[in-house]
Amino acid sequence: MSKSQTTVVVTGLGATTPLGGDVASTWSALLAGESGVRALEWEGVEELPVRFAAQLAVDPSEVMPRQQLRRLDRNQAIALIAAHEAWADAGFAPPAKKGRAAKAESQADPEGFRVDGDRLGVVVSSGIGGLHTALDSYDVFKEKGWSRVSPFTVPMLMPNGASGHVGIEFGAMAGSHALVSACASSGEAVGYAIDMIRTGRADVVICGGTEACIHPLQMASFGAMRAMSTRNEEPRRASRPYDKNRDGFVLGEGAAVMILESEEHARARGAKVHAIAAGCGYSGDAFDIVLPDPSGGGQAKAMLRALDNAGLEPADIVHINAHATSTPAGDVAELNSIKAALGEEVSAKVTVTGTKSMTGHLLGGAGALESVITILTLRDGLVPPTANLEDLDDEVDLDIVRGEPRKLPDGPAAALNNSFGFGGHNVSVVFQRAL
Amino acid sequence: MAVATEQQILDGLAEIIDDIVGIDKSEVTPEKNFIDDLDIDSLSMVEIAVAAQDQFGVEIPDDELRNLKTVNDVINFVQKLQQ
Repeated sequence: MSKSQTTVVVTGLGATTPLGGDVASTWSALLAGESGVRALEWEGVEELPVRFAAQLAVDPSEVMPRQQLRRLDRNQAIALIAAHEAWADAGFAPPAKKGRAAKAESQADPEGFRVDGDRLGVVVSSGIGGLHTALDSYDVFKEKGWSRVSPFTVPMLMPNGASGHVGIEFGAMAGSHALVSACASSGEAVGYAIDMIRTGRADVVICGGTEACIHPLQMASFGAMRAMSTRNEEPRRASRPYDKNRDGFVLGEGAAVMILESEEHARARGAKVHAIAAGCGYSGDAFDIVLPDPSGGGQAKAMLRALDNAGLEPADIVHINAHATSTPAGDVAELNSIKAALGEEVSAKVTVTGTKSMTGHLLGGAGALESVITILTLRDGLVPPTANLEDLDDEVDLDIVRGEPRKLPDGPAAALNNSFGFGGHNVSVVFQRAL
Repeated sequence: MAVATEQQILDGLAEIIDDIVGIDKSEVTPEKNFIDDLDIDSLSMVEIAVAAQDQFGVEIPDDELRNLKTVNDVINFVQKLQQ
């Protein structure tokens, strides 16, 4: 890391999650230890091995016109909803016109601060893309023939669709990207956004992740892998990282978006700063397509590279928002990786939380949502508890926050947000408290 | 299917356009150009054409669709085929 690199700050937050339709409602539910997991009420659900999931608290149809929704996959609609919240939170003027018209608009300055479109970038990831669109369109094709398939099917199912739509909505012309790495996708999106600003490609980047693939096929596919919890009789208690009786992850849906900005740009317009996006580290396990490397070496490398990228030491870390999906093997393996990366002494002092216990696992949206949660944790000095942690696994020897939120000490503080994806993708994003 | 009057076609088309792209029915008047005046993109035009085929019981080949630039073009096209 070079000492002269540009400082990147977070100036806007947006989210729509199983706990709430915006950041404020999601955050208060997290601090209260609530669960967003519910039984699925589908026809034929009894045929499935898993009959619950963490569905959105606010359906996009409640906040977006029907005509707009019919040309967006669910993952794209919620990415736009979260992006609008983040954009407004950052204090930017709303986009007055869409698409081609937005470009001309970027020159004008009627009310609020308007970003130069050539200095505005987008990195919005989805791990799966438009699964609902692909499957629903195939049903239409089989029943009614090709001419009745929506002409929007391709842009709705492509995994870069959300990124494209956000770029069009806000007139972003510095570049629009969609990094795809399963459950690490939107952690990588934050890292790429930091780099876009540090390398001078953009002053402001809209970054985040989205996922909406709670479909019978997904329940069947993850069920076939034996990866999901089958606690069908108690959905709210199913996601329980670090608990002795955890039995797999719970599928969730949602979107989270952040506005990242160079400190200079943010200061010039007097923006409020939620936190510093200090750096990001990556690694590849090169081990197995779905299993993490049991040595934890890959995960530890990602955390160490994140610290190096941010110019921080292990002792600067006070908190970790863990990947912690509630699988029997994964949760403990990550704690071992944390110890390998930070050392026994520092690891014993950090507070660790697993917020998927409340939100479920958003797959490609997880890294972004947990980045938002990590930012709020640093900003408000409160660690949300790991819900459903009743009987701590004997192999857990780190300080897992449970029961009540934990207060963080005042003053300088940094935190890691880990995300690991099928394919052996490891990413760790580091945020610092803005003082 | 009974032959529709010009007004019936206009009303039917306005309803389809409202349903698909959310443009108020009062905006859809005969002289309006779909792209320049109503800001309807080409993929939405395909959806509108498919819905119009069902509604008016006519076939709109892709070659013809390209020539239907205004609301009036569609009204004339449908009337011609229905007669």
